[in-house]
Amino acid sequence: MTPTRVAFAAILGKDLRAELRTLQSLPAMALFAVTTFVIFRFGLDRTELSGSLGAGVLWATLLFAALLGINRLFVAEREEGGFDAIRLAPIDRSALFAAKAAALLVYLVALELVVVPVFAIFFLDSAAALPPVAGVLLLADLGLAATGTLISSMAVNSRARDLLAPLVLLPLAVPLSIAATGALEPLLAVGGPGYERFGTWLAVLGLYDLVFLLVGYAVFDFLLED
Amino acid sequence: MSKAIELRGLRRDFGERAALTDVDISLPEGGSLLVLGPNGAGKTTLLRVLATLLRPSAGDVRVLGARLPAEAWRVRGRIGYLGHDPLLYRELSGRENLRFNAALHGLRGEAAEQRIEELLGAVAMTRRGDDRVAELSAGMRQRLAICRCLLHEPDLLLLDEPDSNLDSEGRELTHEQLAAGEQRARVLVTHDPRRHLPDADRAIVLGPGGRVVRECAAADLDPDEVISAMGGVVA
Repeated sequence: MTPTRVAFAAILGKDLRAELRTLQSLPAMALFAVTTFVIFRFGLDRTELSGSLGAGVLWATLLFAALLGINRLFVAEREEGGFDAIRLAPIDRSALFAAKAAALLVYLVALELVVVPVFAIFFLDSAAALPPVAGVLLLADLGLAATGTLISSMAVNSRARDLLAPLVLLPLAVPLSIAATGALEPLLAVGGPGYERFGTWLAVLGLYDLVFLLVGYAVFDFLLED
Repeated sequence: MSKAIELRGLRRDFGERAALTDVDISLPEGGSLLVLGPNGAGKTTLLRVLATLLRPSAGDVRVLGARLPAEAWRVRGRIGYLGHDPLLYRELSGRENLRFNAALHGLRGEAAEQRIEELLGAVAMTRRGDDRVAELSAGMRQRLAICRCLLHEPDLLLLDEPDSNLDSEGRELTHEQLAAGEQRARVLVTHDPRRHLPDADRAIVLGPGGRVVRECAAADLDPDEVISAMGGVVA
């Protein structure tokens, strides 16, 4: 058997190289998020968003932008035979799940590095909340990467994958969304970041991440069978 | 002599339709089997079952001593599979694809680079190895796909129309590579028995429902008779 870390590095490296070369996912995700902020800015006719409204706008935009990347996560494997190449190799198939989730996590972090500052310019009067916001988003991204990878691997074999992934993923992401916006809300409160019930929401996010990482690890092998 | 492949009563269904029915095959290590039959007779399905990519619906299937599907993990990495698709990423170069596959099979560093260059040289692809696969012709992709399936020096080669898209030079170069290795067993699906019968030890002809309608020594098969029998599509 090839060591799992070797297979993980090979698959992750391949995905990141292909994305850097084609820029098929990230620019679309970033453009979608920035456009959505512009629409909120003029649609709500607000120059400042705080508390639950700010948290909701930020998280919902990131979640829908993430769907663009999630939909494309396994397309090369499906259309160019990568699934077969990986299934023929003497590797633990959880390496594929881990590598794809890591690739999605990298996309989400890169997306947020671009669009969270844009959100701050559009809607926040100070940047003081950004460091703790980044921490919350990183924890939320981990859960979204695990769930998104799992759903994307199931949806990719369907002709209706563009419909199927959001339809299955969004209900599964409800607990994640509640926890993420719950943690973001006090950070974006008027008058600067607060930390009311912050720890509780972080614990919920951590639990969600753990559950879906374990579920992905446990079931991914079966999803690759014919 | 131990067996590379031993099938007893193999059946594979796709829903209500039987793609393979009661297939019995025995192939010794180092042996070579030609699989013939009209379109839709189940030749590709047979190769995919042997490659562990499809689960058998029924029957006893042993490949390189491992019972499938339960022990499929034991033989992955010992099989070289060349299917209809080259299994290459279009946005990566030939070398990058081969490095990726080498890593998956545990080949790394200098040993991997040497093996990749050796294979690229053998199929006359050294100069085009850094081009993206998307920019290559179908014949060049096939040469790279053959490199991919030989990269890890498998004990069993499963080849589905290996000459597809190849020009005469490509056919000669790849034939040399695919024929190398005395201990390596081969199962080859082809529509060109004239070309491949001389290299094979045994041959089977699949018919309707994926049944074996003939099994014999390759030397006993008349290519013209087989070609006329294959001139149709299995309903």
